[in-house]
Amino acid sequence: MDSTKTQRRIVVVGNGMVGHHFVASLVEAATGDHITVIGEEPRPAYDRVHLSDVFAGRSAEDLAMATRETYQGWGVDAHFGDPAIAIEREAKVVVTELGRRFAYDKLVLATGSYPFVPPVPGADNDRCLTYRTIDDLGAIKAKARHSKVGVVVGGGLLGLECANALKNLGLQTHVVEFAPGLMGVQIDEGGSRMLRRKIEALEVQVHTSKNTSRIVAGTDTALSMEFADETSLATDMIVFSAGIRPRDDLARKAELGVGERGGIVIDYKCKTSDADIFAIGECALFGGRIYGLVAPGYRMAEAVASQLAQREGSFQGADMSTKLKLLGVDVGSIGDAHGRSEGSMSFVFSDEREDCYKRLVTSGDGKQLLGAVLVGDCEDYDTLLQYYLNGIELPADPQGLILPASSGQPLLGVSALPATATICSCHNVTKGDVIGAIDGGCCSLVEVKGETSASTGCGGCSAMLKSLVEDELGARGVTVDKSLCEHFPYTRQELYHLARIGEVKSFTELLAAHGKGRGCDICKPTVASIMASLWNEHILAPAHVGLQDTNDTFMANMQKDGTYSVVPRIAGGEITPEKLLVLGKVAQDYGLYTKITGGQRIDLFGARLEQLPAIWAELVAAGFETGHAYGKSLRTIKSCVGSSWCRYGVQDSVGMAIRLENRYKGLRSPHKLKSAVSGCTRECAEAQSKDFGVIATEHGWNLYICGNGGMKPRHADLFATDLDDDTLISYIDRFLMFYIRTADRLQRTSVWMDNLEGGIEYLRQVIIEDSLGIAAELEAQMALVVDTYQCEWKATLEDPAKLKRFRQFVNSEEPDNGVVFVQERQQIRPARAEERLRLVAVAK
Amino acid sequence: MTAAEKYNWEPLCKREDLVAGSGVCALLGGEQVALFYLPDEEPAIYALGNRDPIGGANVLSRGIVGDIGGELVVASPLYKQHFSLRSGACLEDEAIKVEVYSVRLDGDSVLIAR
Ligand code: SRM
Ligand SMILES: Cc1cc2nc3c(=O)[nH]c(=O)nc-3n(C[C@H](O)[C@H](O)[C@H](O)COP(=O)(O)OP(=O)(O)OC[C@H]3O[C@@H](n4cnc5c(N)ncnc54)[C@H](O)[C@@H]3O)c2cc1C
Ligand code: SF4
Ligand code: FES
Repeated sequence: MDSTKTQRRIVVVGNGMVGHHFVASLVEAATGDHITVIGEEPRPAYDRVHLSDVFAGRSAEDLAMATRETYQGWGVDAHFGDPAIAIEREAKVVVTELGRRFAYDKLVLATGSYPFVPPVPGADNDRCLTYRTIDDLGAIKAKARHSKVGVVVGGGLLGLECANALKNLGLQTHVVEFAPGLMGVQIDEGGSRMLRRKIEALEVQVHTSKNTSRIVAGTDTALSMEFADETSLATDMIVFSAGIRPRDDLARKAELGVGERGGIVIDYKCKTSDADIFAIGECALFGGRIYGLVAPGYRMAEAVASQLAQREGSFQGADMSTKLKLLGVDVGSIGDAHGRSEGSMSFVFSDEREDCYKRLVTSGDGKQLLGAVLVGDCEDYDTLLQYYLNGIELPADPQGLILPASSGQPLLGVSALPATATICSCHNVTKGDVIGAIDGGCCSLVEVKGETSASTGCGGCSAMLKSLVEDELGARGVTVDKSLCEHFPYTRQELYHLARIGEVKSFTELLAAHGKGRGCDICKPTVASIMASLWNEHILAPAHVGLQDTNDTFMANMQKDGTYSVVPRIAGGEITPEKLLVLGKVAQDYGLYTKITGGQRIDLFGARLEQLPAIWAELVAAGFETGHAYGKSLRTIKSCVGSSWCRYGVQDSVGMAIRLENRYKGLRSPHKLKSAVSGCTRECAEAQSKDFGVIATEHGWNLYICGNGGMKPRHADLFATDLDDDTLISYIDRFLMFYIRTADRLQRTSVWMDNLEGGIEYLRQVIIEDSLGIAAELEAQMALVVDTYQCEWKATLEDPAKLKRFRQFVNSEEPDNGVVFVQERQQIRPARAEERLRLVAVAK
Repeated sequence: MTAAEKYNWEPLCKREDLVAGSGVCALLGGEQVALFYLPDEEPAIYALGNRDPIGGANVLSRGIVGDIGGELVVASPLYKQHFSLRSGACLEDEAIKVEVYSVRLDGDSVLIAR
């Protein structure tokens, strides 16, 4: 089955916050589309909203929303640092600056906006900058190093944020605004005046009603700004933050509909004038307006992803309420902040001693909240926003809501909200969704966040989410201790999610963020295994040394006397005579005990620690790979000889076993994994006793899951029948990754399924019907592990630093005198205690 | 005179022989000494006899180090009993104890008291 022919090609131009959110939503919807991303900036999407945090010490990497690996893992073809320059609508092709051509079935434009620089003579001076990208930050920092005075042109939200940055860089800072007040869009005149008072108290000079006429060289400073009113201002650098303009040049050239003052016109489906081209985010013009905030852009992204997944999806406009901290001053703006609605009433509270200003705008009957302005104290913001968004009827004396708390007006707690109330507007999560997640088994804030994504955007809702979750859990009397050990108050499953969502790559980081103490022999290997399932770095990479059980540390199984066994991989149990001879030769040269294992391979016992590298060097040279007999990972996939030789075989079971073993080798999991493939229903490979077993049929393969030998044997259950090769593999991919994500530490698949509510039926829904919408993600994650496979032994042999550990003594070449062998049936075995005493006495 | 000066300190191996966050083994005369290097702790280096008295093999240096209730320990790789890095006591069985050696770092050298 060749699926690439029918695969839809989706091309996304622009990899900003919204473009990225679109890709993530589409991947999550598992539409199976082929996605191509074209980004102008040299790096994948980052959190522009928190750009200023970089001035406060966060690194650019901290802001990253995705890495190249994220996209690789999703199977998305991403190109950075090469902007799109043309859309050939007839041919349905996008052309980039480097001349690359990408054909599309559907095109999504997410090109965002650029900072507007007024056409003032002299504004092209290299000391005049803008503030939008990570690269802009670098330029501002560099210029600030050689400046004493800095001016920000623009007293809006971004301008004030930028002023804060300049101030933190140690500059004497000015804000120049064309309008009579600051933040004229979001707050009214009274609020604006209070804001100015507070900002000036921080020694940032504010100049309003100033129209810059030109920028010239200064006398004591590098520059001088001249204003229309014939005053001037001396400065060393200028940052323009005078509003944004949509980046619609590409759309214009392609003759898509654009607005009079810019912006790609879209309808409520986010479609442009070409039905195969969508526009989302700050480049899009909806209902005559550009939405300059991230949440509306996310809604547009989801609307398009949803349509592409054949579901309903539309954008109905969005609320522009905001709460921010500007230069340390809390500012909030809700709905109609200026009281412009017909017949509205206003309630104003202003306290110049406490420097706080609040205004409520209500309907004429005082029952509905239409808008609000808060400056200096935003404590009431969440409550007011809920009144506003949910149309909750106001109390009889609405002014009580903004008067100081002594007046006794109770705040609107989360418990008072209806289930439809939006808790997180970034991810559109309602109170009902949160309660649903808790009803569905989430037992902590972390789990609710993981399940609903609430509070993983701007973070503005975190306090409310926390209190909601605590209320709801409290009401259910939840205090179950499922801690992994004394160092982590989480289950393995929770830690897995924490590590995955937080992209945590080491034990130290995870312990610092979510645990306490120093760790132990329970949590260290568990976390090492999680890290390996997630990121698949070499198990002996410096960050992971010391976490592994001795078997993983030395990539061999420790025996009772402290020696090790060596188990090379023999995929499917198939081995050439040449390789058999190599094993025999190595065993002979090092005097190792040799045995055929129960897993269809050969185990060499009695190797001393210091002999392991030399033994493995010979094995690797002969083409062997590690067999992971030491890991909580895939062990063997047994096979029967199948249709190639057996008169009853109906499929090539050896071929399939080898293919599967090579696919999943090295996969780290909560417990070991075993499998087998039988060539017909006679089942000589015992596939029904394996974690996943495959049995050939006339038409394909039957897949059995969650079987187990060992201490408590359990037959595997028939999961799906007559599968073709590719479907078989995609189901196994999903099954294994879902197990890895959700199983407890040291829980074999059989026990895991027996504890899973809904059992095998539930697994069928998740794996076959994709009821959770995560199938593509699971497959992508498996693809990452498969693609990053390395033979741990081969990699170790190439790295002298890792080999240093394979010494019995750091200060001597002597062998361990505690290792004593005797002969039995022409081979060695460890001496028993009484034999040892005798032997050692004789030697002396 | 401090406690440290009472002893006769003898070089055992180099700092670069140690593995941060884990253990290695050194030979002292005929004795096997398991050395654990924990750069974030005070002191940063600990030494126990390498022989696991329960498993009966010389393997303690290959165990995982960590803490149990704040007490620094190594878990034997054979049957996972914990031994205190400071006192050598076995947490699971108070009758069992392994040898504890005094060690310290001096520049690039690991010194052991005799
Ligand atoms: C070598 C081998 C025995 C042999 O000489 O044949 C073996 C040896 C060990 N098995 Fe096994 N098992 C071996 C096949 C099996 C099988 C048979 C099979 O795979 O078809 C089973 C039953 C099937 C199953 O797992 O479902 C088996 C079920 C166990 C169990 C019980 C697991 C359970 O869930 O109940 C353990 C204990 C554990 O893992 O916690 C175990 C644990 C062990 C350990 C790791 C015990 C230990 O801690 O030392 C042994 C490692 C020795 C070593 O150095 O390799 N071994 N063990 C076999 C290695 C197969 C291989 O090539 O990798
Ligand atoms: C300093 C700052 C603070 C902010 N604070 C907030 C806040 O507190 N709350 C809030 O809601 N919003 C805030 N915003 C606004 C928010 O960042 C934007 O709404 C959001 O980033 C818009 O996302 P977008 O993907 O539409 O555009 P962008 O993030 O601008 O991304 C567009 C991307 O497309 C690329 N591109 C453009 N043309 C092409 C082309 N031809 N080919 C390839 N790539 C192209 C661009 O290089 C860019 O990387 C802030 C913005 C800034 C700059
Ligand atoms: S059955 Fe027991 S003794 Fe035999 S190999 Fe398996 S674990 Fe070891
Ligand atoms: S509102 Fe932004 S994260 Fe929830």
